[in-house]
Amino acid sequence: MTATLRIAWLVARKDLRVEWHSRVALNQILPFAAITMVLFAFAVDRLPAAPGDVDTVLVQLAPGLASLGTVFSLLLLVQRTFAVESEDGALDALRAAGVDATAVFWGKTLAMWIQLAILSALLLGTAVVIYGIEVRWSGVVLLVTTWLTATFGLAAVGTLYGGLAAGARGRETLLPLLLLPVVAPVLIGATRAVEAALGTGGTAIADGWPWVGVVAVFAVAFGAGGTLAFGPLIDE
Amino acid sequence: MIAMEDAGFIIGSYIVTFGAVGAYAVWVLRRARRVTSRLPDDAKPWT
Amino acid sequence: MASPPATSTTTTPTGPATTTGTSTKATRLLGAAAIVGIVWLAAFGLGFSPADANQRESVRILYVHVPSAWLAYLAFFVTAVASGIYLFSKKHSLGWDRLAGASAEVGVLFMGITLVVGALWGRLTWGVFWEWDARLTSTAFMFVTYVGYLTVRRLGGTHQQRARRSAVLALLAVLEIPLVHWSVKLWRSLHQEATVLRPDGDVKMNGLMLFTLFVGVIAFTLMYMWLVIHRQRTMAAEDALDDAGLDLAIADRKAERA
Repeated sequence: MTATLRIAWLVARKDLRVEWHSRVALNQILPFAAITMVLFAFAVDRLPAAPGDVDTVLVQLAPGLASLGTVFSLLLLVQRTFAVESEDGALDALRAAGVDATAVFWGKTLAMWIQLAILSALLLGTAVVIYGIEVRWSGVVLLVTTWLTATFGLAAVGTLYGGLAAGARGRETLLPLLLLPVVAPVLIGATRAVEAALGTGGTAIADGWPWVGVVAVFAVAFGAGGTLAFGPLIDE
Repeated sequence: MIAMEDAGFIIGSYIVTFGAVGAYAVWVLRRARRVTSRLPDDAKPWT
Repeated sequence: MASPPATSTTTTPTGPATTTGTSTKATRLLGAAAIVGIVWLAAFGLGFSPADANQRESVRILYVHVPSAWLAYLAFFVTAVASGIYLFSKKHSLGWDRLAGASAEVGVLFMGITLVVGALWGRLTWGVFWEWDARLTSTAFMFVTYVGYLTVRRLGGTHQQRARRSAVLALLAVLEIPLVHWSVKLWRSLHQEATVLRPDGDVKMNGLMLFTLFVGVIAFTLMYMWLVIHRQRTMAAEDALDDAGLDLAIADRKAERA
């Protein structure tokens, strides 16, 4: 058990170090995600708010847009992390060396979680700034819990499906086709929870916690599923 | 009395259903014929 | 004791190819029964069954829409079970993988029909082709998921690789589809709009209508079985052809080197 954890940590450090040296997520994925947030504003800001709404339409949509931005970033991150593995057959070499697949799964998930969490926080921060959202500090616990749970669930499911498509031809278009239906629960849950945390559209904080529950179930389900399924998948 | 537009949708639904199934069936049979023509009999356990 | 004749070490099936196609007496019988079922369903669905009190004639669409939905779910269930058997049995026999694939293909066909016919029915009864209610949305997600499954089956590699990948995907689908359905249901329950009457929600079925639905289920089950048997046999033939092609290529290379 501890050997697995240790190896997982080594795999995670390797992934993070690769990112640190290449800075692909920082230099390419983050700007892409930020630009999409700006583009959302162009597309949405024209709509007038309904009478009686305190927040503009853009502010009301902000949690959903930030979640969408996170999901798009996930797609790019997964492509990136498995492209790194497929070049020079790095993943195959790991397996051939007898490294436990479960450890690889947890290592890659951990690294992806950290990168996605940072990206997601920056996206939400961008939304707060450019959409003019007033952050409600009483909702911070809900916000942080949602943020951590959602990004973990996304990282787990991304690592799993990324492993499935790794090395396959046509995987750039295959991955979104496989992943987007699956991440619907996180999209729905995280958006509703962030809405409640921020109070956009007049939502109460208490309304958000059941949605965190949905996201948590997803995270546990795919953490477990990935642990079991990753081995057979990369055992080509 | 079935209103004329209603009838179109209703009959259309049946046509879509059985038409799609029929088209798929034809495709499967054609493909089967094409693939098995080159295969010797002992590769076909159902014969 | 006569010594066995020297045979090639490859597994290329030899012998004459006298039959074509994947039909047998049994499938011809099954196919005939399916056609009878279809005619019977059309007769009762479009003719003998009565109109509904609320929906009037448009209820007739129910007799093709509901069976196709049920058989699609059955098909995906079979895919999941066959995938599980392939993955967890010792032999990892490819026949289970092919059954999973064939059933999924027919399932996608039936689910596509369900969505299209459902849209037609919606247009007739609610005036709109689409509605964001939980069941419709989940069904659309299910459809896309299995389209993805079929795409993954075409990724290439050895037959065992294909089988393993698709089997894992099918079992993950069993995990994710209830999850998606549950979250979509919660999401829609938020939007307590004025009750939108679902077509099959407000239909009170009398005896003849129930019977027609029963006929529909029978007809679709027969169609499903016929289609899956033929599709699976074709897949077996395709796999055998693949293997034979490989064996021939290897034999050719050996001959070249000799």
